[in-house]
Amino acid sequence: MQPAVQATMEFLKLYWVPLLCGVIIVALLPLIAGYIVLVERKLMADMQVRLGPMRVGPHGLLQPIADALKLLIKEDIIPENSDALVFWLAPVLSVGAALLALAGLAIGPAFQVAQDINIGILFVVGISAMGIFGIVLGGWASNSHYSLMGALRSSAQLVSYETAAGMALVAGLLFAGTLNIKAIVDAQQSAGVWFGLLSPVALFTYLVASIAETNRAPFDLPEAESELVAGYMTEFSGFRWALYFLAEYTNMVVVASVATTLFLGGWLRPFASVHWLDFLDYFPTLLMVLIGVYCLIRVPKQPSRVHQLFMLAVAALCFVVALVLLAPVILPIAHPFKAGILGSFWFLLKVSLYLYLFMWLRFTLPRYRFDQLMRLGWHFLIPLSIINVLLVGIALIAGSYFQLQGWALLLATTPAAVIGLVAAIVLLSVEQKTHSAAAPSAAADFYGG
Amino acid sequence: MADKLIFYFFAAIAVGGAVLTVTRRNAVHSAIFLITSLLATAGVFLQLRAEFLFIVQIILYVGGIMVLFVFVIMLVNLDVSLQQLQFSRQKWVALIVALALAGQVGVMFWSAEKLPGQILPGVTAAAADRLPPNSEAVARSLFSTYLLPFEIASILLLVAMIGAVVMAKKRT
Repeated sequence: MQPAVQATMEFLKLYWVPLLCGVIIVALLPLIAGYIVLVERKLMADMQVRLGPMRVGPHGLLQPIADALKLLIKEDIIPENSDALVFWLAPVLSVGAALLALAGLAIGPAFQVAQDINIGILFVVGISAMGIFGIVLGGWASNSHYSLMGALRSSAQLVSYETAAGMALVAGLLFAGTLNIKAIVDAQQSAGVWFGLLSPVALFTYLVASIAETNRAPFDLPEAESELVAGYMTEFSGFRWALYFLAEYTNMVVVASVATTLFLGGWLRPFASVHWLDFLDYFPTLLMVLIGVYCLIRVPKQPSRVHQLFMLAVAALCFVVALVLLAPVILPIAHPFKAGILGSFWFLLKVSLYLYLFMWLRFTLPRYRFDQLMRLGWHFLIPLSIINVLLVGIALIAGSYFQLQGWALLLATTPAAVIGLVAAIVLLSVEQKTHSAAAPSAAADFYGG
Repeated sequence: MADKLIFYFFAAIAVGGAVLTVTRRNAVHSAIFLITSLLATAGVFLQLRAEFLFIVQIILYVGGIMVLFVFVIMLVNLDVSLQQLQFSRQKWVALIVALALAGQVGVMFWSAEKLPGQILPGVTAAAADRLPPNSEAVARSLFSTYLLPFEIASILLLVAMIGAVVMAKKRT
C-alpha cells in the first residue's frame, strides 16, 4: 500500500501544475473568448461612434453569458444531405487543435501545461495548423456550395500564409538559438533586448501572416458574408457554430501568444535587465487601481440599483487583483512566485495589446479580394520573409564577428532591417507595376473571388 | 511496460487507419483515416523520444500534404468515383509482392533474435534518457555529415517546384 501512495504523491508532484493549468484553460477559455468578443464589439462601437451592447448588465458586461446561453439552447440542425459524421467531427477538430496548441504555451515562467518541451514553438505552430481540417471538412460535409467555397478559400489561404509565418518565426528563432519556449524568453532576458526590436521586419511579417491564418478581417475571405453568406460556417448552428467561434478566438490567442513569446519578450517587463527601472514592477498594481477607481467614479451614473452594485463588484475585483499584484513586490516571497505573478500580468497585457491591434486593423481596413490576397501572400510576404531570414543571418554573423551583444547587436540588425524595408518597398512597387493594369485573373473566378 | 502499451496503442491505430484508408469508398473518408494513421505514426515517434520527428510529421504530412490532398479531393465528383471499380485486377502480382515483403520482414525479425544486444541488424539501441536534444542532433547531422545529400535533395525539390509552376502556368 505504502509504495502505491508514494507513487501517487510523486505523480501528483510531477503533474499537478500542468493538470491544474490544463483544467483552468479548458474551463475558462470559453468565458475569456466570450469576453474577447464583447471587447471587440465595444471597440467596434467606439470606433464607429456607437455605444455597442448596453442592455445585459452594466455596459453590457453580462452579454457574453447571455449569448452563450442563447447558443446552447438553440436548435441543433444537421442538413439532410450532409455527411453527418464528418459534420459532427469538424468543429470538434477545430476546437481540439486550438486548445491543444495552448498546452505548449507558457503564460508565466511557471504556468505551462506541457512544461519545458524541447520543440516548444514548433509544437504550438504545428498543432494549431491542424485546426484547418475542422474548417475544410466542415465546409465539405455541409454539402453546400457556399460552405465548400469557404473551405477551399480557407485551405488555400492557410497554406499560402503559413510559409510566410514560418519564415518570420525562423528569423526570430535565429536570435534565440532554441525552440524551447522558456529558453526563448530567457534568451531575450540575457540579451536585454526583445527580438521584435532586433528584427521588426519579422514581427511585421508575422503580424500580417497571423491575421491571415486566423481568418480575420481584412483577410476574412473564407467567411466573407457579402459573398459567401458565412463561408464554411453557413450550415452550422447553435453549439457547433459556437465551437467554431471558440476555435477562432482561441487561435487568435495562440498566435498572439507566439508573437509575444518570440518577438515581444514573453513574460518579461520592458527593460527587464535594467535595474534602475525596477519601479516598473509597481505598474501592474497602479493600472488595476486606476481601473478600479474609474469604476467607482462611474457607479453613481448607473441607471439602476443592480447596475450600481455590479459596478461596485467590478471595482472590488480590480482592487483584489491589484493587491495580488502588489504582494510579490512588497512581501519577501520566493522568486518563482514573484516572477510568476508579475510575469503573467505582463504576458497577458502584451497578448491583449496584440489582440487590440488585430481588432483595430479589422475595423480600419476593407476586405481584400481573393486574388489580391493571394498576390500579397506569394509576391510580397513570402519573398520579404525569406530576404529577411537571409539579412538576419548576415547581421548575426557580423554581430559575432565584431562581438556585439545585447543592445549593441542593434548596430548590426538595424542596417539589416533598413535593407529589408527597402526590399519591401521595391517588392511592392514591382508588384503594382506588373498588376496595376491586369484585371482579376481567371484564378479569382476559380476560387469564387 | 507503459512504453510498450503506448507503442501498441499507436501502432494499432496506425494500421487500422491505413486499412480503412484503402477500403473506404468515399475519398474524403479515406483522407480522414489517412490523417489518423499519420497522426498515430507521429505518436509512435513521440513514444520513441524523437520529438522533432513527431512535430515534423505533423507539420509536413498532416498540416501540409494532407491539406492539399483534401483540397483536391473536395473538387472530385464523388458520385463518379463510387461507380468505379475500387481495386485493380492484378491480384496475383499483388499477392506475390506482399508475400515477398512479409518474408523479408520475417527474416529481419528472425535474424534480430539471433544477435543478442541488437534490436535490428545494424541498429544499436541508445538509452532514451541519454539521447541528445532532438532538433539539435538532427540539424547537426544534416548540416555536417549529410550536407551534400541534403543539398541535393533540396535542389531536387526546388526543381520539382519550378517544374510544377511552369506546367501550371497558362501558355499565352
